[in-house]
Parts: sequence; structure tokens; C-alpha cells
Amino acid sequence: MRPVYMVSGGVSKFAKARPDATFQKIVKESFDYAMNDVPKLKHSMIDGSVVSYFSDHFTRQLMAGIMAVDYLGLCPKPNKRIEGGGATGGLCFQAGWEAVASGRMNVCAAFGFETMSHVPTWKGNEFIALASDVNFDYPVGGFYSGYYAMMVNRHMHEFGTTVEQLAMVSVKNHMNAYGNPYAQKRRKLTIADVRNSAMVAYPLTLLDICVMSDGAATCILADEETAFKLTDHPVKITGVGTGTDMMRMSDRPHGEVLLAPNEKKSDYGNLKYPGVHSFRAGRSAGLQAYRMAGITDPLKQIDFVELHDAYTSSEIQTYEDLALCKYGDGGKFVEAGYPFMPQIDYGMKLPKKGTLPVNPSGGLIACGHPVGATGLMQAVFAFWQIQGSIKKHYGSPELQLKKANRGLIHSHAGTGTYVTVSIMERGW
Amino acid sequence: MAKKNQVKRPAASSKFEELMTGTTVFNVPLPADLKTLKGMSPIVIRQPYNIDYIHSYGQDSPFFAGLSNKKLLGTKCPKCDYTWATPRLACTRCGGETDWVELPQTGRVHTFTTCYFGGEEFLKETPFHLVLVEFDGVDTLFLSRLLGPEQPEDIKIGMKIKAKFRRNSQLKPTDVYFVPAE
Ligand SMILES: [Zn+2]
Repeated sequence: MRPVYMVSGGVSKFAKARPDATFQKIVKESFDYAMNDVPKLKHSMIDGSVVSYFSDHFTRQLMAGIMAVDYLGLCPKPNKRIEGGGATGGLCFQAGWEAVASGRMNVCAAFGFETMSHVPTWKGNEFIALASDVNFDYPVGGFYSGYYAMMVNRHMHEFGTTVEQLAMVSVKNHMNAYGNPYAQKRRKLTIADVRNSAMVAYPLTLLDICVMSDGAATCILADEETAFKLTDHPVKITGVGTGTDMMRMSDRPHGEVLLAPNEKKSDYGNLKYPGVHSFRAGRSAGLQAYRMAGITDPLKQIDFVELHDAYTSSEIQTYEDLALCKYGDGGKFVEAGYPFMPQIDYGMKLPKKGTLPVNPSGGLIACGHPVGATGLMQAVFAFWQIQGSIKKHYGSPELQLKKANRGLIHSHAGTGTYVTVSIMERGW
Repeated sequence: MAKKNQVKRPAASSKFEELMTGTTVFNVPLPADLKTLKGMSPIVIRQPYNIDYIHSYGQDSPFFAGLSNKKLLGTKCPKCDYTWATPRLACTRCGGETDWVELPQTGRVHTFTTCYFGGEEFLKETPFHLVLVEFDGVDTLFLSRLLGPEQPEDIKIGMKIKAKFRRNSQLKPTDVYFVPAE
């Protein structure tokens, strides 16, 4: 296995609907942005690509992947489509990493998209719910927001997590997005705004849940020698992990916690794990990536995190899966102020300034969630943070972290069935 | 002017809902100057997509036969002594084949939610409660609807519930639903 670097990235502005363009053109916008950011990279140097989108239902076009590839002029070079629910983009990023790490390609373009505006919102929710067992789960009233709501109700029962703690995540991520021109929703909110918005699935309100989007993202990955020829500021991918869990939440075991290096068995007493309160796949993916990157104390050794906050509740559950805090302490973690950005005024009193900003970009809740693009979007935003090029790409330095040498990106599919974690570090 | 003690009525909608209906159009204008075409607004059409699937419950079929006979069936792994409330013929712990067993018809709420929105197919049924049911002596859970409580605040984790069955089976997992047991 050889070291892999990210040399460039691009994102289309995520929007509720892009009737002005088909998916190919939206992908090309993100691809062209990435290409223009490294002028030394010639189109002919790309050895192949990987492409991701989640649902053929949304596209109503089978083999949409190859149509994006041919639009970009990447035929007859190798390509394959990657799909794994909400984690589709994260899996695509890792497939690109595999292509370069294995030596099959020196330069690989990883791009993904989703065009969800082609159906009304509630039909879209029906499509997404088909990503649950159609014998036993979907027909009972299949609704992903309902599934996550059941998970967080159990989390609250086990650990005392509160709806106000969930709302703090929404306030934080929407406020961060205020400085991100690529974000779909840029709003200054209060905890009361979040709680007073329409109840979708008790206790999750409209502002606890991400929206559907049209959008695309591209990452260009390269081997070490090529990376340093192309840019003075490549970002090294130092850890990758992928976890899985059983599709039906009902089937999840009630066993023992998968311990992180900074935890011991006695931390958890009789806690039944993962049950439906935690994402075992997230823990598994995190531990693999930490082992590979040599991380033993993630809270201290990681500078920022871009994680899959399709629901405010999953952000809190993910703090725990990633061992940023112990299982059960996710609500207190946000309440204490850890995941906030130190330089932003959130309009609320926090006990401490943020030390490990989570979703400095605004996350899925505010940026949008065009599924096949989302995990790649996180990689692009993390890449710009680590490069220190936020000002160049956002037009303002407001969201640039002072210390952003090592970031973690996290992509997550249906109630935690697939989770990817990748570690990205300053490579120069 | 708003007055105190005014009758509370639903507010009039502030925006039109996007509709999937429209006018049939057979032609659109085209400007003479082709250079202006890149600035043309997109043409958006309606594209229906309806399918009837021939879906087999396959090896899960006995569960649905059970429901239509007012029995709740799970499976049990003879090797692991592990009982699955939502049946599966393959034990994922040991890879062996499981056997069909009858489950108790009373259990407890392991967790719940109330859905005020949903996928289009279920939108007309909202609001409704979903519960994951736990049973004594059974290792995994079962997803079902809970009927009876009006509000989510009326549902408590751990509360006792019992199975009820539709009189006329639909051969759907909703042939069984739960109600408070006491
Ligand atoms: Zn077994």
C-alpha cells in the first residue's frame, strides 16, 4: 500500500433544486472547479475515476454514473459506481483512495452527485425509506426520521440526553454555515427556534433534520510523487475505516461496547451495546481509522471533524462512536462547548470555547445532503481547512480554523448500516 | 386587529404547495438568435413512473401466515439458543439455520416515536406511533405500530403492551399492532 494524497477538490453550490442543469453538468461544475485549482494537473494525467450516487429512483436513469464519466471526457479509462446509502460519498472517497493506494492509478478522480428535486419531498422520503427491510420495516410506516427518532428516544432514556442538547447542534451547524457560500441553508437560530419548528418525528423537529438537495462534489487523489508535482500543499489520507451493521434496527445486538484505546470495560458497567442507541458501525470505522493513523486520544489528536449530521441526534451519537467522549456523554459534550468554533458568536452562553470544532462547514443540516455527493463534500471542506485555503474558496476567512493540521471525515448510511471514517492530514 | 380571547383558527397558508399537475403544452417559442440559447430557462416536464412488483416474502413467508392466524412467529437458533423477534432463517451469529417459534403476545416498549410526516405512501396515516417491542426471553426487537395513546407524552419506555391482529389479514407486517396492556 502506498501513501495517498488529496490534491484538489470542488463542490457545486448545493441547492433545493437545479432545474437549469442535468446531473452531468452539475458534476462537471465541481470537477472543473477542482481541475482549475491545480493548473499543473492536465486532464490526460487522470488515470481513472470512481463515481457515486445513491438512488436510481431519484435519477430515473440507470447507469447515470457512466453518463457523468463520459460528460467529463474520462472514457475509456477505468471507472466504477459506488453505492452505500447515505455513506455513498464516503465510500466513493475511500474507493478512490484504494485505487491509488493499490498502485492501480496514480491520479484518480472521485466524484458523486444526487438530484433529489425530481420528486416532491414526501415521495423522496418514501424512496429513502425503501432503504429499510421491505418485508418487515418499510410497510409498518417506513420513515427514516421516525427510525432516528426511535434511536434518540432510547439514547435519552439510557443517558439523559435532552432535546435542548440536540437543538444546540442545529444552532451551531446553521450558524457555521452562515460563513459558507456553498451551504444551502444559512440561518441564525436559537434553541427555541429549533424546538418551536414543526414536529416531524417526536422529538425531532424540522430543524433537527437535514433537507434534500441537488448537488455534486469532486476530489482528486494522487500518489506521493505526483501529488508534490501538482501542489505544494497536498493533504495526506492517513487512515481509513469502514464499519457495517445489520439493516433492521430490531436485530442489533445488546452486548458489550467495542472499546476505544482511551476507554476501559469498567467505564460502561451494564450498558447493553449497541442496542438502538449507538452506531456500532461508526465505532468500528473510527477504531480502524485511528489504528491506521496512530491516534489513541482522538479528542486531543484531532483538530476538527466533519461528520454526518443528517439528524442533530446522530451528531451527538457520533461524538460517542468516535470516542471524542464516552458513550452517554454526547449531550454533555455539546453543552460544554467542545464542538463549537472558537471564533464564532452563536448567540448563546457556552461554558468554554470550542476545542474540537465539529462541522465547521455547517454539516449536512445546513449545507444540504445530496446523498452521493455528501461524503465527498466533507472531504473537500476538510481539504480546504487543512490547506488553510478557506478564504480563497469561501471568499472570507471567518471559518478558517487556526489549527487544522488533522481532520476527520465521517459518512453514515441508514440507521448506521455503513459508516466510513477517513483521517486527513497536512501533507507538506 | 388581534383581540384577546379570539377563537384560535388555523392560519391561512402563506405559500402554494408545488403541484404535479399542469397544462399540456405542444410547442414552445425558440428565439431566432442561437447565441441566446444558453440563457434559455429550462424546460421541465412531468414524467410518470408506476410499477407493480411481484414481491415474494420468500423464506419469511411463514411469519405472514402466522399473522393471518393471529400468531406472532419469530425464529430461534438451536446452536446459539438465541431468539430473533423479527424472524430470520439464517442466524448471523453462527451462520446456522434457525427454527420457527411462537413469540409471546405481550411485551414492553423498548423505544418509540410519533411520526407527524412520512413517506408519501403513509402520509395520510399520520400522525402514528412506531414502537420497537421487547419480549421476555427473546433476544431481539420487533418494529410495530402502537395504537391507543393520543400523544407521544402518553407513551413510556418500558410500558407493557399487547399484540392485536387485524380481523381481515392484509398479509402485511401491519396485520399485527400493539396496544397498552393495562
Ligand atoms: Zn446461531
